Amino acid sequence: MKDPTTFFSGSSPTEADEPQLTRCRSSRRAFIKGVIASGAVAASSAYFLSGCTPGEGPAAGSVERLISLHINGKIRRVDVLPNETLAMTLRYKLGLTGTKLACDRGECGACTVVIDGVTHYSCSTLTHTVGARSVRTIEGLQGPDGELHPIQQAFIDELGPQCGFCTPGQIMSTVALLEKNPRPTREEARRALSGNLCRCGAYDHYLNSVMRAAEVI
Amino acid sequence: MAYTLLGKNFTPPDIRGKVTGKAKFAEDFRAEGMVYCKLLLSPMPHARVSNIDVSDALAMDGVVGVLTADDVPAMEGAAQAILTNNPHYVGDPILAVAAIDETTAADALEKIRYDIEPLDFVLDPLQSLYPGGTNAQVKGNVANAGIPLQELKWTARDFASADTDQFPMTGKAVSEWSYGNLEQEFSAAAVVYDESFVTASNSHHSMEPRSAMSYWENGKCFLFGSSQSQSFMIPGLAAYIGIEPEDLVYIAEYCGGGFGSKGAPYPIMALPAHMSKKIGRPVMMRISRAEEYYLGSNRAGFQGRVKVGVARNGKVTAVDLYIVQSGGPHGGFPDFNSAAGAVSICYQPNAMQYRGIPVLTNTPPGGAQRGPGQNQIAMVMEPLLDKAARELGIDRLEIRRINAPNNDTIFGGRQRSVTSAYQTEALNKGALAFNWEQTKKRSGERNGSKVIGVGIGQAYHSAGAAGFDGLLRIAPDGRLHIHSGVGNLGTYSYAATSRIVAEVLHCKWENCVIERGDTRKHLPWNFGQFGSNTSFTMSRSNHAAAMDARQKLLEIAAAEFGGSADEYELGEETVFSKADAAKKLTYSQAAQRAIDMGGKYAGHEIPDDLHPMTRASATAIAGTGLIGVAKDNYALDGSPPALAAGFMVIELDTETGKFEILEYNGVIDCGTVIHPLGLASQVKGGAVMGIGLASTERIVYDPQNGLPANVGFHQAKPPSYLDVPSRLGSDAVDIADPQNPMGIRGMGEPVMGCAASALICAISDALGGHYFNRTPIVPDMIINAIAGREQSHKPLQVYTF
Repeated sequence: MKDPTTFFSGSSPTEADEPQLTRCRSSRRAFIKGVIASGAVAASSAYFLSGCTPGEGPAAGSVERLISLHINGKIRRVDVLPNETLAMTLRYKLGLTGTKLACDRGECGACTVVIDGVTHYSCSTLTHTVGARSVRTIEGLQGPDGELHPIQQAFIDELGPQCGFCTPGQIMSTVALLEKNPRPTREEARRALSGNLCRCGAYDHYLNSVMRAAEVI
Repeated sequence: MAYTLLGKNFTPPDIRGKVTGKAKFAEDFRAEGMVYCKLLLSPMPHARVSNIDVSDALAMDGVVGVLTADDVPAMEGAAQAILTNNPHYVGDPILAVAAIDETTAADALEKIRYDIEPLDFVLDPLQSLYPGGTNAQVKGNVANAGIPLQELKWTARDFASADTDQFPMTGKAVSEWSYGNLEQEFSAAAVVYDESFVTASNSHHSMEPRSAMSYWENGKCFLFGSSQSQSFMIPGLAAYIGIEPEDLVYIAEYCGGGFGSKGAPYPIMALPAHMSKKIGRPVMMRISRAEEYYLGSNRAGFQGRVKVGVARNGKVTAVDLYIVQSGGPHGGFPDFNSAAGAVSICYQPNAMQYRGIPVLTNTPPGGAQRGPGQNQIAMVMEPLLDKAARELGIDRLEIRRINAPNNDTIFGGRQRSVTSAYQTEALNKGALAFNWEQTKKRSGERNGSKVIGVGIGQAYHSAGAAGFDGLLRIAPDGRLHIHSGVGNLGTYSYAATSRIVAEVLHCKWENCVIERGDTRKHLPWNFGQFGSNTSFTMSRSNHAAAMDARQKLLEIAAAEFGGSADEYELGEETVFSKADAAKKLTYSQAAQRAIDMGGKYAGHEIPDDLHPMTRASATAIAGTGLIGVAKDNYALDGSPPALAAGFMVIELDTETGKFEILEYNGVIDCGTVIHPLGLASQVKGGAVMGIGLASTERIVYDPQNGLPANVGFHQAKPPSYLDVPSRLGSDAVDIADPQNPMGIRGMGEPVMGCAASALICAISDALGGHYFNRTPIVPDMIINAIAGREQSHKPLQVYTF
C-alpha cells in the first residue's frame, strides 16, 4: 500500500502516460485561471491540487524528481513533483508545518520563508526552482538547544502574535529585514512586513517586536 | 485593590508555539493512513441537484469514498446542512470525495456526473420582500434564531409609502419592541434626522481556513478542528456527527482567527468525521482560501432607516429604527436585534421603537462577526450624532458625554440595567490622550488637495455571562492545574482568566499549568469564546472553583492541626495557622492529604449543580489531588457592558478620495484590566478590523448570476500594514465592575466598532459633515460626494462594487 501520510502519493507506481498528459494540460489551465483570478503575475503554482498526477517516474524532458534541498542548514533529500510548491514540500514532505498556508496564492505572506536572505512566498515558489539555495523556515531559527532566536523572543516580549497563524511569516520577514538592515526605522520595518497580512490586526505589536529585536541583535 | 498577578503582563503559555512554528493548527496534524477529501461546491446560487452518479469517480485508482447529503444528517427548517442537494449559494457543498491524495480527489470530482436544476435566487433582501419576490429558500425568505422559516412579503402599499430611494417603514416586522412616547419625543425634539442606510456585508476571512481532520478509534471520534471555543463546541459538534458528546474527542489547541465565525459548531467541521466513519480511514479536509470565503461566513448586511430626535441640550430623545438584515440562506446571526440594543444603550433615548426582519439571501451563510450588529449600527449612528452637534452648536465630545451610558442606564426592549458603565470616563480619557481641544481645531485644515478630518466613534457589546463551571487540581507535586474549557481564539484571555485561580490561591504563576485545548484534558463546561464574554464569565467560574479549593485547603489544615478552617490562611503556596505560622502545610502536602481524606477534597464528591461535562471531568481526575470545582452561582443583576470610544485624525485627498489615518486612540471601559498588553493588542487590532469595515471590506456579487466577485484576500481587502498607522493608541478606564469578583468585564468587540465609527465620522468631518448613508465609504463615493455627483449605486442597493 502506498504511504497515505504523504500529501502526494509520491511513491505510487507508474501510471499510463495519457492520463498524465491530460492532467498536465488541466494543470496549465488551472494555473492560468489562478493567475488571472489573483492578479498575481508572479504566482507560479496557482493551485497545487490540480497538478500533474503524482507518482510517475521521470518522463522524457522532465526534471529530476529526487532532489536535495538546503533547509535550515541541513541537506534534505526529497521526492518533488514538477508542479509542487515549496510550501507543500515543507509541510507535507518534510514535516515543517510551521510554514502556514492561508491563501495559497501569494496574497497574504503566511507561508513566507527566507531563501538566500530574501523573503519568498513559499506557496508561490516551485520547489524545483529553489535548487541549491539556502532555505530558512521558522523551524530553523531556534538554537541547537532550543533557545529562542532574539527575534522570536522579541515577538514574545511585545506580545506580537494574537491568533498566531500569520506569525511564522511575520517573523521570517523580520529575519530577512534585520539581516539586511539591522537598524531599520519603524517605517522601514512597516514596509518590509507589508507583504504579511494579519487579520487580527496585530501590526502595531508586530512592529514593536521588530523594533525590540533590532535593539538586541 | 492591589493584585499580585492581575493587571500585570505575563507570557501566555501558548505564545512560544506561535513564534517557533510548533503550534499545531488543525491542518498540521497527521494520522496513520490519512486520506484527503475535496468538496464539490455548487456553481449556482440556488439549485436542485439530482441523479448523482459517482461510479466513475469511485472507479478511479486512489479514490476511497464519496460522501453525499444522504450520508449526513438532514437539517430542519432553514438550518444549514453539512452537505446538500439543494444548494443555496455559490459554494454550498454538495458532496465530498476522499482519495489518497488531493490531486486524485480533485480529479475524481471532475468525474462525478449530476443534474443540477437552477432555481430562482435573490441577493437583495428588499427584492425578496416585494410582493411576489423570490425566496432564497423554496419554503420561505425569513428565518433566524428563534424565528422559524417562513414566507413574508411586504405589500405594494408598503413600498409605495416611502419616497423613491427611501426605506419603507410600514412593512411587517418579525422582531419589534418599543418604549416611551415616540410621537411626543419627536415633536419636542430640536432636530430630527431621518436617514435610510445600507451597511455592507463583509467576509470574516480568518487567516486559518477551517480545515479539519478526523478519525475514529475504539468507538470514539477524534476531531482536530479550528474553533474559538472548546467545551462549548462539544454538544453541537457531537450532534452534527451523530454521536453522544462523551464519544467525541475534540482537539483545538490553536485557532488561526475566527472573529465570530468559529465560535460555535459549524456543519462543515463534521464532514471529515462522517467521511472517516464511512471509509474507515483518517480524513483531512483542507479548506482553500476561496472555500473559506464560502464556508467561513460573513457579517450581516443591513438595509434600514433610522429617525433620530435630539433635544436642544444634545440629549438623544427619540429613535425609530427599522432594519432589514441580509444574512445568507440560513438566517445567520441576529445582528439586527443586537444593533437595536446597542442604539438603546449608547444613547438611551427617552422613547425608542425598533423593528427588524432577517431576510434570507442566496449568499454565503451569515455569521456573527466581531460586534455583530452593534458595529454596523455604530457607523450609522455616530455621524448622526455629529450632525446634531453641529446643528445645535455643541462640541462633538460633549454631545457624547451628554448621552454616555452610566451606572443608572436602562436599555433595550426589556429595559435592562447594567452592572456598571463608565463611558464618560472612557471619553474623557481618550480626549485627554488625543488632546481633543487642540486636535479638533485641525478639522477642515487644508494642505493642497488634502483636508484634515477629525472623528470620535463609540461602540458597545454585552460583556459577559454567568452560570458556567470552574475546575482545578492541586497535584501532589504542588503544581496547580487550571482546567479551562473556554477555548483559544488568540486573545490570551484563556490564560489571563486562569490567573484568577493563581491569584486567589497565592500560587506562583510558574507553578501553574493550564489544561486546555483537548477533551482528554478533562475540561469543565464553559461558555464559548465569543461575544466579548470570556473575561467576565470565565473569571467568575475560575474564582468560584478557586474559592472552593481555598476552603478545602483551610479545612484540610484544620483537620491536620486542629481548630476551625477560619483560623487558617493561604500564602506562598502554603496553608498556615494565623496564630502559629509554623503550623502549615505546603500545597504538595495538602494535595496528598486531600487524596488521603478522599470525599469532596479529592473530587469524589462534587456539587449537584455542575454540568454533566464538568461532572465527568471532575470525576475523571478525582483522587489525583485536591480538586476545586464549582459552578458560578454568583449573583448577576443586569447586563455587563463593554463600551469603547475611539478618536481619529485623517488626511483625506479630495482629488483621489483616499485618506491616510494620522492618529488613532482607543479607550475601553471593561472593568479591571487583567492583562495590559493583551488588552492593548485587542484595542489596536480591533481598530485595524474596524478600519477595514468602515472603508474597504464588503462582499460583492454579480446580480445577474449570483456570483461572488471577491473570494480572496486581494479583492476582499482586509487592511494591511500600509492601510493603518504604524502606531495606534490604546487605554482602558480600569474601574472595577461590582458584579465580578475581580471587577472584570469583557472587551473584544466594541474596540472595533469605535474605530470604524470614528473613521466614518472623520471622513464625514473632512467633507464638512457629509452623511454617506452607506458603509464602507470607498474612494469613489468620496469623490462623488465632493463633486456633488450622484453616487454610482442606488441608495438602497446592496453588494455593489
